[in-house]
Amino acid sequence: MPHLAVAPVLLPMLCAGVMILLAEHRRPLKLVIGAASTLLGVLISLALLLWVDSHGPATYLVGNWPVPFGIALAVDRLSASMLLLTWVLGGAALLFGSARWHRAGVYFPALFQLQLMGLSGAFLTADIFNLFVFFEILLAASYGLLLHGSGESRVRASVRYVAMNVVASSVFLIGVSTIYGVTGTLNMAELAARLSGPSVANRHLIDAGAAVLAVAFLIKAAAWPLNFWLTPAYRAATPPAAAIFAVLTKVGVYALVRLWNLLFADGPLAGFGADGLFAFGLGTALLAAFGMLASHRIDVQVSWSVIVSAGTLVAALGTREEVVLGGALFYLVPSTVASCAAFLLADLIERWEAGATVVEDAPFLTAKLEEADDVNLDDDAAPLVGRPIPASTALLGFAYLGCALLIAGFPPLPTFLGKAAMLSAAIGPAAQDRVAGTRAAIFASVVLCCGLLALIALMRSGIRTFWSGGGRQPPVIRAAEAVPIVALLGLCSVLTVAAGPTMRLAHTAARSLHDRQEYIEAVLRANVTTSPAPPKGLEQAPR
Amino acid sequence: MEVVLAIAIGLLTGSGVWLVLRPRTFQLVIGLSLLSYAVNLFVFSIGSLAIDKEPILVDGVTPNLTNYTDPVPQALVLTAIVIGFAMTALLLVVALASRGMTGTDHVDGTEP
Repeated sequence: MPHLAVAPVLLPMLCAGVMILLAEHRRPLKLVIGAASTLLGVLISLALLLWVDSHGPATYLVGNWPVPFGIALAVDRLSASMLLLTWVLGGAALLFGSARWHRAGVYFPALFQLQLMGLSGAFLTADIFNLFVFFEILLAASYGLLLHGSGESRVRASVRYVAMNVVASSVFLIGVSTIYGVTGTLNMAELAARLSGPSVANRHLIDAGAAVLAVAFLIKAAAWPLNFWLTPAYRAATPPAAAIFAVLTKVGVYALVRLWNLLFADGPLAGFGADGLFAFGLGTALLAAFGMLASHRIDVQVSWSVIVSAGTLVAALGTREEVVLGGALFYLVPSTVASCAAFLLADLIERWEAGATVVEDAPFLTAKLEEADDVNLDDDAAPLVGRPIPASTALLGFAYLGCALLIAGFPPLPTFLGKAAMLSAAIGPAAQDRVAGTRAAIFASVVLCCGLLALIALMRSGIRTFWSGGGRQPPVIRAAEAVPIVALLGLCSVLTVAAGPTMRLAHTAARSLHDRQEYIEAVLRANVTTSPAPPKGLEQAPR
Repeated sequence: MEVVLAIAIGLLTGSGVWLVLRPRTFQLVIGLSLLSYAVNLFVFSIGSLAIDKEPILVDGVTPNLTNYTDPVPQALVLTAIVIGFAMTALLLVVALASRGMTGTDHVDGTEP
């Protein structure tokens, strides 16, 4: 079974290779390969998740090199859940893209597979430098996806996006090499084992290296003040690309959660940087919530909401409470699914507002990509009383309502459950301690305030789009466009119903992250597979 | 040797950061190149500097870091150089496309 851990990397790589070899006009075949690969990826991730949940973390040694020397892939509950989330969102985005967006440029299915490969590798690797390599793969694919469809606004956003990420990669390398220089290892588990000893030499250099590394991850996670690249890029990206980019910020959060728990959960370096993560996370969430309030376009608001959820997660990591982290890991899943669905929905709404009645003729780059001026809501508000609402309008409306309530975190939706788990865990033990009580109060008020601001912003957009936009033709929606959105929202309702087992999984994942021993032992004790003895008669021929 | 290398890395980083903060795409590209040179030198130097010590094991010489240089940073820097070069080339293409589409070489796509 541990051999399956390498499949989420190999599968999309092979599929992308095949797709590049196929001629550009064989788009249907490429889409079929992509869909098969994505479906298989979902099944593999599900199998991995079920396996590690019952058997504990598994390690795969790439090239069969023993642990501190070669690269190891390790899958535990957190990695497997992130893999499943990535592949499910990938499937939804690919299905949506197959309706029309894949025709906007070349190599869309191949780039999409490479994106999934980079994401899977980043979640699986147990080696910091290998993490850098997979970050570069996913970034290179994301540059291609961002530029998909071309056009001035996308190219303009790409210049800043690429430049920002190249700088972040340089910062990442500085952090990695500083840590290697001090500790002499790049394997995360061995690093954790070396740093948990009673005394650590050159701890200031390790602190500096970890802080530099954290800056690189926080740039990916779009933490303030390093997040101004995100909204222009996500707004300009084609909707299926933006939908998969919703996972991209979570990679930064994942890397922080992984490394901070491994390096600084316990031992002489315990708690390094937690206050900084807490403060920057909360600041990010609050400012992004105001960003939602300040913008008029739905896709811009959704981009800001991605930053809100990333900031909340970083702050939850900064509390250093294992139970808060468990709630945060649960919150991560529905909040990412909701923003993915909302990015897809925003495209349908934009096309509807632009008045496109034929899907084929809809432009790939509308003039509406520019920020709209303020409009007075009362002027063009035509009453809709007594007019039948066509089914497609109802679908858009209900899907929008679902996305908005999910992003804002309303009961009984799973984002609410995640927030409730985080806040009750943060407030619960804090009653005795004054400092912890103040921190918990600040955390709770910022998280609740973000939910309120998000709700106000999204309801305002909803009213303007659905209630005051009278006289429009009903939207034309294809099944391939409606199904992913409905499926993603359905997934969130499943999470509400199955909240018990899922929450248990999240808390177990957080406990084993905090405990570390399970992961460290699984990686360090991974055995090299000895090659079987050659059968008789096939031994090396005498010279 | 350490002092010379440290000064070189510092100069490259300083110039790189200054150029990255400039408003033209050409300055940005050159700045990022200088920054990646600095980072590559830094990664290379992290395994301690040595003269006449190759990372290839020779019979009869104890395999430790006093007789050999650390091979890992050399492997890392090779990867980093390739990736940095590819990303810079990509940025150059995007910058050219931006120049063609917006008619300006400002990073914002509009003259201030």
